[in-house]
Amino acid sequence: MSKIRFVASDGLPGLAASLAKGGRRVLVPVEKPAASKPSVVFAPYEPGVKMTLAKATVPPKEAVLPECETLMTFQKSRDPADLNQTTLALTAVEEGVPTVVFACRPCDARGFAALDKPFLEGLYADPYYKARREKLTVASLTCATGCETCFCHWVGGGPTSPIGSDVLITEIEGGYVLQAMTPKGEELLEASGLPDGADKFPLAEAARKAAWASLVPAPDLTAARESLKAMFEDTAFWEAETARCLSCGACTYFCPTCYCFNITDEGEPQSPCGGRRLRSWDNCMSSLYTREASGHNPRPEKYQRMRNRVSHKFWTYPENWGPYLCSGCGRCITNCPVCLDIRAIVLDAVAAAKGKV
Amino acid sequence: MPVLEGKELRIVGFLCNWCSYGGADTAGVARAGQPTDLRVIRVPCTGRVDPLFIVKALLEGADGVLVSGCHPRDCHYSVGNFYARRRLEVVREFLPVIGIDPRRFAYTWVSASEGQRWQEVVQKFTAEIHDLGPAPRLEDAKPLLRLADMALTSLHPLGTGEKAALAELKEAIKQKLPELDFVIGWQEGYDAAHTVPLFMKTPEDVDKLVWGPLNVNNPAVYLPQFKGKKVGIVVKGCDSRSIAELLQEKLINREDVTIFSIPCEGVLDMARVNTELGRYTKIDSVTMDEASVTITADGTEHRFCMTECAQGKCYGCTTPGAVIADQRFGTPVEVTPAAHTPPELAMLDAMSLEERMGFWKAQMERCLRCYACRNACPMCVCRDYCISDSREPHWMSQGESARDKLFFQTIHALHLAGRCTGCGECQRACPVGIPILALRQQIARAVGKLFGGYQSGINPEAIPPLLTYAVEEPHIHERDW
Ligand code: SF4
Ligand code: SF4
Ligand code: SF4
Ligand code: SF4
Ligand code: SF4
Repeated sequence: MSKIRFVASDGLPGLAASLAKGGRRVLVPVEKPAASKPSVVFAPYEPGVKMTLAKATVPPKEAVLPECETLMTFQKSRDPADLNQTTLALTAVEEGVPTVVFACRPCDARGFAALDKPFLEGLYADPYYKARREKLTVASLTCATGCETCFCHWVGGGPTSPIGSDVLITEIEGGYVLQAMTPKGEELLEASGLPDGADKFPLAEAARKAAWASLVPAPDLTAARESLKAMFEDTAFWEAETARCLSCGACTYFCPTCYCFNITDEGEPQSPCGGRRLRSWDNCMSSLYTREASGHNPRPEKYQRMRNRVSHKFWTYPENWGPYLCSGCGRCITNCPVCLDIRAIVLDAVAAAKGKV
Repeated sequence: MPVLEGKELRIVGFLCNWCSYGGADTAGVARAGQPTDLRVIRVPCTGRVDPLFIVKALLEGADGVLVSGCHPRDCHYSVGNFYARRRLEVVREFLPVIGIDPRRFAYTWVSASEGQRWQEVVQKFTAEIHDLGPAPRLEDAKPLLRLADMALTSLHPLGTGEKAALAELKEAIKQKLPELDFVIGWQEGYDAAHTVPLFMKTPEDVDKLVWGPLNVNNPAVYLPQFKGKKVGIVVKGCDSRSIAELLQEKLINREDVTIFSIPCEGVLDMARVNTELGRYTKIDSVTMDEASVTITADGTEHRFCMTECAQGKCYGCTTPGAVIADQRFGTPVEVTPAAHTPPELAMLDAMSLEERMGFWKAQMERCLRCYACRNACPMCVCRDYCISDSREPHWMSQGESARDKLFFQTIHALHLAGRCTGCGECQRACPVGIPILALRQQIARAVGKLFGGYQSGINPEAIPPLLTYAVEEPHIHERDW
């Protein structure tokens, strides 16, 4: 049994580098210095890239669901012999380079597990998603402590949760223990050439225990589903909870589990450059999201949109697929310009629905 | 075109239907020889030339843009070109901040009978563009990331407002509350180190009101949506400028709004505070003395001195007291006026055009187009109907290029020209810390220069400079051809 490996404290960049050999795209967290707010984003590892182990500002969702992707290109051409005859040529773009998401956090990994359900387990599997997902290996760094805005352990995850991870990396004194959680993970560790770390595994276990011990105890969310259902028509409740929301897209675009998308055709099919069909992230907090061609909008008010977002995450998705559509990463709280707190909304709904459910 | 491949550059001309298009025609009929680099787009009037046409053309690969219309006083629509002159001057001042050489854009007036003048203008402008050569492309720019120097001196004392008349203010709000639908202020957020907007409807809500350097949000952002309701609002000086500007544009009614004000001693740059706090599980305490805020997280003390950690905008702030208010509390903060360049703008000023283009490329690459910047802006009034979302016309690609993202920032900045009060909410809201405020500050500086020191959101009676015109512009020096 050699699923456990060990790497010294300064060895993670080297490991990322060795994984990047052989055409793999290794996405590592990189700190981008800005005017005043350094943000951490995932970027392909290349020599000279300075990786960090900090939790990323932007989750690695783009590994399977890019901000924008070309689904196909199309071109119209005329038959020179008969100019009334036009042909439309469609070219599907299939992607899927072997990718490793390296040193994301368990909440990020859980995001992939959440996306898998609608994209792979529904009536039809999404071919674009599938192509990327099958070639993806996720190596997560377990968190050493909890965090004020994190609540992974409220929603079925935790700072050391293996959900969605192929490898778990845990920091111990002097280095990191890498544990394969799936056959893909085993393959990755096999290829890493790292020495066995089974003897150090108890230290990793102790570190993981300590992480759990640092957490503020989680409230009971078992009533969340029923409570949100019961509160659905309580407009006053939703208006009060949403009063300060600005209807932007920060909470959804920075969320590892949000998966709504939009499809747009751009370009001119008759031109030499042709046209392309794009799929890009969409955002349920924007009024445009539900605006129909007629101009009618079933969710014109922000409270309706917030109600949809919270209900989808804590009621309807769980009803369809089981787990919550939230990994508790807290990014929607920290990245929101008004720090709107989804935890508080769910708890308030549970409290307000007491007696009704 | 292929014949001249390599010799020709791409110059886009926007010509008004009534004068310059006719002038070009006259030149053609007279067989006045002209270089063929210019591609003409006919518009009804120079007043129809949205400054975005110019930026879009330049960002998408034009080497030069020329706008030409009727001579002043000759506009077919009387004043279209007077409005245009103001906008075109602003856009020319704007171009260098994103790294575009302003010499690549020019405007002029040519009448339908001036075929010869048209010939001269086209020859001259084309020669100038050829001297400049093909325009550098954002795609090819070398990415550059640089930090602004935040060691700044302030125009008024910065502090924590520890002695602010908060109790008095709360009492006054409670008294006024029965006449109002609600009052907007701030309350503690997810922990004691962060505050969020508060909507006070009951006296118990008023007890939640907090004051101090953690009150970063600008509550004026909510006002336009409540037009017609009786709303109270607690403001910092900069927030009050947003209200003044909203009044200038009649987006709110003065009689509907009750403004409560306490002199402001600055707010914290939460980006730097959060970076310093790092990952923590619990805030133990937040205490303030006159000069600093001490936040204890997981047993570790972090002291934030206001003179070091205030937001960039606070150092150059000349309006710590509200410019407009119904009820004022506390002692006014004294301001010592002096020249001041905001930190991010100073950083850009020190760069070459090439570096600026590389800077924005590197910055915009991580923009996710979440539009938090747009929606946090109190003056962004289209919001749900933003042209960046429009498909007809399709102004912006859904593709994720840095160019399109920078173009969105251009849309926002130019739509805010002469309206932005520099409240800084756009930049504060950006989750990935892109210093987009600098783009707005550049325009504010240009507006001051072009319109006699005009500052937006100071006088609720003033007409914003781009919503009006002057027949003779004392501060605009048009180019002689
Ligand atoms: S990020 Fe915040 S303000 Fe923006 S839509 Fe989400 S909850 Fe509303
Ligand atoms: S809803 Fe918020 S906390 Fe949950 S996964 Fe998304 S961003 Fe993270
Ligand atoms: S800009 Fe002026 S009024 Fe606004 S927070 Fe800073 S010091 Fe206060
Ligand atoms: S807030 Fe920042 S990331 Fe979001 S759209 Fe604006 S610049 Fe881009
Ligand atoms: S553009 Fe930025 S600084 Fe200007 S008013 Fe809007 S949010 Fe404030």
